[in-house]
Amino acid sequence: MNDMTQPELMHGHHGPARGITRWIYTTNHKDIGTLYLWFSFAMFLIGGCMALVIRSELFQPGLQLVQPEFFNQMTTMHGLIMVFGAVMPAFVGLANWMIPLMVGAPDMALPRMNNLSFWILPFAFAMLLSTLLMEGGGPNFGWTFYAPLSTTYAPPSVTFFIFSVHMMGISSIMGAINVIATILNMRAPGMTMMKMPLFVWTWLITAFLLIAVMPVLAGVITMMLMDIHFGTSFFDAGGGGDPVLFQHLFWFFGHPEVYIMILPAFGIISHIVPTFSRKRLFGYASMVYATASIALLSFVVWAHHMFTVGLPLAGELFFMYSTMLIAVPTGVKVFNWISTMFRGAISFETPMLFAIGFIVLFTIGGFSGLMLAISPADFQYHDTYFVVAHFHYVLVPGAVFSIIAGAYYWLPKWTGHMYDERLGQWHFWLSMVGVNLTFFPMHFIGLAGMPRRIPDYALQFADFNMIASIGGFLFGFSQLLFLYIVIKCVKGGQKAEDKPWEGAEGLEWQVASPAPYHTFAQPPRID
Amino acid sequence: MSTAHAHPDHDDHAQSYYVPAQSHWPIVAASGLFLLMFGMGNMMNNPDGAAKWLTLAGLLVIIWMFFGWFSAVARESMEGLYDEQMDRSFRWGMGWFIFSEVMFFAAFFGTLFYVRQFAVPWLAGEGSNAMTNELLWPGFMAEWPLMTTPDTDKFPGPEQIINPWHLPLINTVLLVASSVTLTWAHHALQKDKRAAVKGWLALTLVLGVCFLIIQAEEYIEAYTELGLTLASGIYGGTFFILTGFHGLHVTMGSIILLVMLIRIMKGHFDAKHHFGFEAAAWYWHFVDVVWLGLFLFVYVF
Repeated sequence: MNDMTQPELMHGHHGPARGITRWIYTTNHKDIGTLYLWFSFAMFLIGGCMALVIRSELFQPGLQLVQPEFFNQMTTMHGLIMVFGAVMPAFVGLANWMIPLMVGAPDMALPRMNNLSFWILPFAFAMLLSTLLMEGGGPNFGWTFYAPLSTTYAPPSVTFFIFSVHMMGISSIMGAINVIATILNMRAPGMTMMKMPLFVWTWLITAFLLIAVMPVLAGVITMMLMDIHFGTSFFDAGGGGDPVLFQHLFWFFGHPEVYIMILPAFGIISHIVPTFSRKRLFGYASMVYATASIALLSFVVWAHHMFTVGLPLAGELFFMYSTMLIAVPTGVKVFNWISTMFRGAISFETPMLFAIGFIVLFTIGGFSGLMLAISPADFQYHDTYFVVAHFHYVLVPGAVFSIIAGAYYWLPKWTGHMYDERLGQWHFWLSMVGVNLTFFPMHFIGLAGMPRRIPDYALQFADFNMIASIGGFLFGFSQLLFLYIVIKCVKGGQKAEDKPWEGAEGLEWQVASPAPYHTFAQPPRID
Repeated sequence: MSTAHAHPDHDDHAQSYYVPAQSHWPIVAASGLFLLMFGMGNMMNNPDGAAKWLTLAGLLVIIWMFFGWFSAVARESMEGLYDEQMDRSFRWGMGWFIFSEVMFFAAFFGTLFYVRQFAVPWLAGEGSNAMTNELLWPGFMAEWPLMTTPDTDKFPGPEQIINPWHLPLINTVLLVASSVTLTWAHHALQKDKRAAVKGWLALTLVLGVCFLIIQAEEYIEAYTELGLTLASGIYGGTFFILTGFHGLHVTMGSIILLVMLIRIMKGHFDAKHHFGFEAAAWYWHFVDVVWLGLFLFVYVF
C-alpha cells in the first residue's frame, strides 16, 4: 500500500473554476448542459440562416438570389445542422442539466466522458461548415445523402462530410452511454423505475435508440467512403451492390433518429402540462409503455421512406401497416396530455403555451404522417412539399417548441431569475403565427405537386410560397427575441423561488434556484 | 502492491460517488480526433499533400491521451476513490459500448445478407425484375460468391475465393482457444494466482497476434493470388469490410490485453477488484463471437 497517496484534489464542495478553462476542462453536468444548450442555439441560428436563404430564393418563381448548386448546399446543410447540431444537442443539454437533478444524482455517471461528448461537437461542425468554402462546394445531396448522389456524383468535400458525421456519431454514442449509465445506476435510493420522472424515462429510451442506430450510420458512411475512395461497390449495381441498400441502411438509422428527436420532447411536455394544469399526469404508466412501444416500432418501419423505390409488394404492405401502428401509442400520449388538462386549473404561462402549441401542431404533423404512411397515397406525396410540411410540423412546433418550452420552464432553476413573462408571451405568439404561416401552405403546394429541394417552381405555386417565406422570416426573427429574453433572464430579473411553479413536482424543485454548482452530494431519500 | 483496496473514510464532506475535478484529457481527445479525421480526409482527397503529418500528429495526440486518461483512471481506482456504484457505472458503460459495436457490425452483416438474398438475385431478374436484367445487365446470372459481376470492366470479379477450411479454420481455432485461455486467466485472477494470470494472459495475447499474422497472410494471398480485392465487386467489398473491421477490433483487443498484462505485472488488480481486466475480457469475447459469425457467413456459407 506504500504507493497509495491521498487524492490531491478532494472533489466536492468547491464552486466553478475561473476563466475559460472552467468551460473547457469542466466535468460538471450543469456546465456541460449549458455548453450544449448554447452550442445548439448557435447552430439553430446558423441553420436558420440557411433556411432563410432557401425561403428568400423561393419568395417568388425564377432564380433571383442564389445558383441552384448553392441552393442544394443550403437545403443539405440546413437539414444536417438542424438535426445533428441544433435539436439533438439541445436535448442532450437538457438531459445533462435535468437528469441528475431529477434522479437525485451528484452528477452524470461518467463526467469526463461527458465533457468529451460535448467538445467533439464544435470540431465536427467546424469541419462540416468548412466544406462550404472548399473547391466544388459543400455537400449538395440532401441531408439524407442518398447514394449515388453522395458517392459517384458528390463534390470532393463529401470526404469531410463523412468524417464530421463520424465525429458527431462518436459524440452521440458517448453521450447516450452516459445518460443510460446515469439513469440506471445513479438514481437516489427509493426512486424505482416506475417513479422516475417522464423526461428521465423518455431519455432512457432515447439513449437506447441512439446506441442502437448511430453505429449503423457510422457503418453506412464508412461504406460510402469505401465506394468513393477504395473502389468497392456497395452502392453500385455494376459490382453487384445496390443504391437501394444505402436507403435501407440509412433509414434503419434514420427512422429511429426521428424518434430520438421527439421522445425527449414527449418527456418535457409530460412535465409541463401537469404543472400548469395543477393536476397529476394522467396515465403515467401508459406514457412509459407508449414511449417504449414507439421506440420498438421505430425499428420496423424504416422503409416507409422508400415506398416509391421499387420495394416488393409484401414490403410495401408490411411497412405501411407497421407505420400506421405507431399512431396507437402516439395517440395514447396525446390523449393523456389532454386528459391531464381536462378539468385542471390551467394557467397559461409561456412554457404551457408552447406545450399546448406543441400538442396541437405536433398532432397535425402526426396526422400528415399517417397520410404519408398509406403506401398508394405516398406515391403521390413522395418528395413533394407535403413531406416537407409533415416533417417540419413534427420538428419545429414539435421538437423545437418542446425545447423552448423546457427552456422557459427550467430557466428559473438555471438562472435563479424569472424570465420576462410578457416578452415570453410575445415570443410564443410570434412563433406560433410564424410557424404556421411557413409550414401550413406547404401542405397545399405539396398536394398540388411542387417537388422539394428545387430552387424554382411553376407559377401556380407562387402565392403560397410567398406566404411561407414571409412566415419563415417572422419565425426566424422571433427567435432573436428568445435570445434577448434568455440573456435578460441570465443577467437579472425577478428572483425565482426554489419552486417557481405552483403545480410543479419533482426533485429538481427541491434544490435552490439557481441550482448550486454541486447538488445531491448526499442522495435524497425518495418514498 | 498488496491486495486490499483502501477506501477513504467517509466524513460528512466527502461523497462516496467520485466526481472527478476538472480534466484536460477530454479536450486533448477532441483535438486529437479532429486532427486525425481532418488529416485523413485531406489524405484521401489529396494523397500527395502534407496531410499525412496532420494525421500522424492526431494519432500521436490520441495515443498520448489514452495513456494519460487511462492512467489517471487506474490511479484513482487504486487510490480507492471508486465505490461499488462507480464500478457499476463502468460496467454499464462498457456493456452499452459493446452493444454499439454489435450494431456497427450488424450494419455490415445486414449488408451481406441483403446483397445475397435480394440485390444480386434481383439484378439477375428474380421477382418482378426481369426487365432490369434484360435491359441493364443482360446475361448476368446470380451466384454467391459473386465471381462474375454485372459490369466486369469496372469491377472484375475475383478469380477464386478463400478456402474456409485452411487459414480461416486455423484462425477459428486460435480465437476460440484464446477465449478459453482468457477465461482461465480470469479464474486465476479471482483466485489470486498471479503467476498463472500472467501465463494465461500472455498465451491469449500470443494467440491473438498469431490470428492477426494469419489474417494478414490471407489478405496477401487474396490480393496476389486470388484476385480478391476491394474492387472485385460486392463479394470483395463485403469480405474485406467485415474481416477488415474485425481484424481492426482484434488489433485493438490485443493492445488492450497487452495493457492488462503490463498492469498485472505492475501489481494492479486484486481478486475482487479488476473491472479493467473484465472489460478487456468482455471486449475480447465479443470480438470472438463476431468472428464465429464471420466464419459461418463470410467464409463457409
